[in-house]
Amino acid sequence: MSNEAVVHTHHDAVHEVHGDHHEHHHHETFITKYVFSQDHKMIAKQFLITGMFWAVLGGLMSVLFRLQLGYPDSNFPWLHSLLGKWAENGHITPDAYYALVTTHGTVLVFFVLTAGLSGTFANFLIPLQVGARDMASPFLNMLSYWFFFTASVVMLSSLFVETGPFSGGWTAYPPLSALGDASPGSKTGMDLWLISMALFVVSSLLGGLNYIATILNMRTKGMSMTRLPLTIWALFFTAVLGVLSFPVLFSGFILLIFDRNFGTSFYLSDIFISKVGALPNEGGSAILYQHLFWFLGHPEVYIILLPAMGMVSEILSVNSRKPIFGYMAMVGSLFAIAVLAFLVWAHHMFVTGLNPFLGSIFVLLTLLIAVPSAIKVFNWLTTLWRGSIRFTPGMMFAIGFVSLFISGGLTGIWLGNSALDIHLHDTYFVIAHFHIVMGVASMFGMFAGIYHWFPKMYGRYLNNTLGYIHFWVTIAGAYMIFWPMHYEGLAGMPRRYYDYGNWESFKQFIELNRFISTVAMIVFAVQILFLFNFFYSIFKGRKMTQLNPYGANTLEWTTPLRPGHGNWPGEIPEVHRWAYDYGKDGKEFISQTAPVGADESHH
Amino acid sequence: MMAAVQSNETRRIHPHKFTLWVAIGSIVMMFAALTSAYIVKKNQANWLEFDLPRVFWYSSFTILLSSVTMHLALKAFKAREMGRYRTLITVTAALGLLFITLQYFGFRDLELRNIALTGPRSNSAASFLFVITGLHMLHVLGGVIALLVIFIRAYSSRVKNYSALPVEMAATYWHFVDVLWIYLFIFYNWIG
Repeated sequence: MSNEAVVHTHHDAVHEVHGDHHEHHHHETFITKYVFSQDHKMIAKQFLITGMFWAVLGGLMSVLFRLQLGYPDSNFPWLHSLLGKWAENGHITPDAYYALVTTHGTVLVFFVLTAGLSGTFANFLIPLQVGARDMASPFLNMLSYWFFFTASVVMLSSLFVETGPFSGGWTAYPPLSALGDASPGSKTGMDLWLISMALFVVSSLLGGLNYIATILNMRTKGMSMTRLPLTIWALFFTAVLGVLSFPVLFSGFILLIFDRNFGTSFYLSDIFISKVGALPNEGGSAILYQHLFWFLGHPEVYIILLPAMGMVSEILSVNSRKPIFGYMAMVGSLFAIAVLAFLVWAHHMFVTGLNPFLGSIFVLLTLLIAVPSAIKVFNWLTTLWRGSIRFTPGMMFAIGFVSLFISGGLTGIWLGNSALDIHLHDTYFVIAHFHIVMGVASMFGMFAGIYHWFPKMYGRYLNNTLGYIHFWVTIAGAYMIFWPMHYEGLAGMPRRYYDYGNWESFKQFIELNRFISTVAMIVFAVQILFLFNFFYSIFKGRKMTQLNPYGANTLEWTTPLRPGHGNWPGEIPEVHRWAYDYGKDGKEFISQTAPVGADESHH
Repeated sequence: MMAAVQSNETRRIHPHKFTLWVAIGSIVMMFAALTSAYIVKKNQANWLEFDLPRVFWYSSFTILLSSVTMHLALKAFKAREMGRYRTLITVTAALGLLFITLQYFGFRDLELRNIALTGPRSNSAASFLFVITGLHMLHVLGGVIALLVIFIRAYSSRVKNYSALPVEMAATYWHFVDVLWIYLFIFYNWIG
């Protein structure tokens, strides 16, 4: 009953079930179709466009603080016009610099790469690829978006308060986050940050519950778990990670709220604050927050990365015209990554005074992640190997993802060693590592997904030429920005500093910093080109005329060109095989809905 | 073919019920985090030892009793004994509110013994008890609201609802918050 019951109780999708083929139907008003929509496809687009808004804002922030790092002695009068008192004399103030860095981190990690990436593609792909009319609970799904939206509004509003947004780093470690007197950004800005993040956690949980319930309970007939496309497996593990780790972050936030507002001593102890004096608190442990934070924080890395991995697996296979190499190994390695994600959080805390013996266990567990990661990389490369590769923009970004994942993953082996970490912690080496492996790689996964599924989302194609320009500039730029940072980090250049002019040892990097900043601006400009391509193509792009333009096997390509709420006009198709029958028995591809023939070879 | 799909899928758990179980897993993680933070903190210096409020025994008994009435309410609903069902969920909700009140008296008891729960004089031992118990009270309150919703549904003459699903879900959640409190009670007394 599940599949039918869920949509019927909530919406008028009944019409479509009975053959109302039109994309538009008369019960839907503008509000129910575009604003408070319960259709998973519309919610996906809402997540995507809100995520893109934040990506632009977060990216712009990085351009602004790179301007400070690249040109620490120059004045830009236009900065004063843009930021007002935050850039007196056309020079970003230290407070503004830290606020920009903090907001850039928070926004990119949570709003863009969590909500924008997994929110978009989990919503869009799960019902379409498992063969469901909608999510298990379309209503909760709608709430999930609106909690995210509210979180966005609160975070945005924090940019405009008098004391500025929170400026203590995206990790919000106490005491800086727990004491309003610690810095201007720790006042109202931090209150708004906490409210926004609490709303965001609720949004993630509501979404995650739905994704898990949908994948496990609403698959169409014949869609056994081992026939699921790898996108769905990846999104499933992502949701499990989120549902189990976000509550831990939430409990950390609750204790933080009590320390901030109700004078408790969970994290605060009798430290001395200049201009305030000694605190009355006793016995709090700031490290406790770090444990709670990183228990989410590390799974969060995989919450960001796994959806990209899943989409890349699918896109590589479709565009190599070959089955994915080692399907079960891919599922197994996703599972291994999901388990290990919960067991490595303390590698973010090697230099907090952690017991070295305990540290060595976390080193071992951390380095173990290299095994499933290497399996995945091997399988992607072997999927490409001797394939009939079609270099669509989506495919380019998918291959770019593999490249970045390898480059960034290798430096993870360095940082996972507690001994090396003593030298490398809090340097630009760390910045370079996580930006490549988690930030840019996941962005590439997201771009791959957008280019690949854009026709299914909007019934039109993105412009390929602009797509290729976007790809080449972005991948070259990503390496040019983050590769040099490894050298800076190895030389000991610390992260989060406003101005390196006081150190003789880092003066050698001023030109390199300027180079990085210049590339960052160019790469940012190319993202604007992508935005133009995106919005232009929604309305004016080349129209999709074939149901299955890529010759793909998965179920989303069996829906009408512009599927209505309910996805399939008639009955949901039945599935007879796995998603990767490419080049089998002389056929280029065999859709999952095709029954297994009598003379067919076994896969 | 539709019939085949139907019969195939009715054996599966209803997705909403399944969602509730995942949500329960999520809530468990939150309390697991808080109680492990409690253990970590307890093993550090400056931890205040104090006796738990006696009233927590009464509140534990209350919430156990409310689980029994909730169970009976579900049985009554399934037997279509609507009068009994209404009485029993009313009793369950009332016991839930009584539980919350008793917990509040527990906090009062600590304050009267000069053990501050919050503020600059507070020790994190008492603050932890307050935050964890307070969060649990909020979850019980959520259960009371859920009961209120199905209670209103039971009285509305306009809609006749024969689906036991909402009642079953409310019952599952109610037993969960009950078990959660029993865990916390055992934790405070003998583990933490």
